Amino acid sequence: MEEETHTDAKIRAENGTGSSPRGPGCSLRHFACEQNLLSRPDGSASFLQGDTSVLAGVYGPAEVKVSKEIFNKATLEVILRPKIGLPGVAEKSRERLIRNTCEAVVLGTLHPRTSITVVLQVVSDAGSLLACCLNAACMALVDAGVPMRALFCGVACALDSDGTLVLDPTSKQEKLQQCLAAAQAASQHVFRFYRESLQRRYSKS
Amino acid sequence: MAEPASVAAESLAGSRARAARTVLGQVVLPGEELLLPEQEDAEGPGGAVERPLSLNARACSRVRVVCGPGLRRCGDRLLVTKCGRLRHKEPGSGSGGGVYWVDSQQKRYVPVKGDHVIGIVTAKSGDIFKVDVGGSEPASLSYLSFEGATKRNRPNVGDLIYGQFVVANKDMEPEMVCIDSCGRANGMGVIGQDGLLFKVTLGLIRKLLAPDCEIIQEVGKLYPLEIVFGMNGRIWVKAKTIQQTLILANILEACEHMTSDQRKQIFSRLAES
Repeated sequence: MEEETHTDAKIRAENGTGSSPRGPGCSLRHFACEQNLLSRPDGSASFLQGDTSVLAGVYGPAEVKVSKEIFNKATLEVILRPKIGLPGVAEKSRERLIRNTCEAVVLGTLHPRTSITVVLQVVSDAGSLLACCLNAACMALVDAGVPMRALFCGVACALDSDGTLVLDPTSKQEKLQQCLAAAQAASQHVFRFYRESLQRRYSKS
Repeated sequence: MAEPASVAAESLAGSRARAARTVLGQVVLPGEELLLPEQEDAEGPGGAVERPLSLNARACSRVRVVCGPGLRRCGDRLLVTKCGRLRHKEPGSGSGGGVYWVDSQQKRYVPVKGDHVIGIVTAKSGDIFKVDVGGSEPASLSYLSFEGATKRNRPNVGDLIYGQFVVANKDMEPEMVCIDSCGRANGMGVIGQDGLLFKVTLGLIRKLLAPDCEIIQEVGKLYPLEIVFGMNGRIWVKAKTIQQTLILANILEACEHMTSDQRKQIFSRLAES
């Protein structure tokens, strides 16, 4: 009961190089998608980007608890489960981001007082996790036949230490980014400001 | 659904709206805008073209086109909201531009007025039954909407019901009845004992109920059977023995993914045994 759509897509910029190892070009990793692989949810999709893989299931439009129902549109819920451990704050913030994206795109007014639930399970994480989650959610919503006014996708992008742009970074590239070092340096400024303002407060008394 | 990834990655603001006529039978994605035939001339290759305002009423021939499932009106164009193949049906009697719709594959049913469905009675409350039809909320079925309804012959909780919707829109709870407009049952009502109820996709039901579908005739030649199709994806089958019933259920579920040759092979093999 499976429909497989394996898309071998390597999208390159004008001076992009080959797939791996990736040079200073703009090329995405090999991605593949499989739809309708789970029998219980109304729609499901598995999205692979290189080694990052996310499985998404969509239930809806289904019954909603009276406390959560909205009178004029569908209640959209996103649940993101990490590969190991319990969902934490990072998962919650990603859920909110994915939910805002889905709400902008799904025609919720066609199904008031119903719930549309998107459940995402991280199967393997090798960089660009949020982008992979967005793509899997979009394909699962399309598979479920939820009415949408547009499609959406996610592409992660990182800045290298020499200032070059890398699209769809692997986790190794994400870690080596200048962003992390720059953020750490900036956080020192913030802590210094905390200390100064608290010192100012206590020096008055 | 094999479409190249570049289509999905294309920004919709940049893509040109295509004429609906050229896309018939092809896969369309949510977010695409389609032009109706009368607008194709106006939107020439250069995009928005200035047309002189004509005072002659006959020059502007507005054809009435019906927007079916999967399409919405967006300005004077059609916006595709579901993924599937675009279909068109010519109008039967002259006037109007016909119906456009998207043939999409779905598992979840949304109640539509006039659809005949199989429901399961889940509760009695006051004067009505609550019937689970697979949608977002249970439908209500009045005690009196059966042919020859009396205090004695009523369905019980757990029975299967074949009925049609009289009220089904997004704002109200769906209501169904088991009589037609003349007051006769017309095949609707409580479905008998035994048999097997199973669920398939909505697309398969539409395919099986199409007028030119040979699957049901072939199945009928195999074993004598009783069968009820609900537009909500539920099929009820009953044959003489349990084994035959299960074989029929498996065949119907597998029909979706088999070509007609494979199907004929399986039928001939079963007919021999």
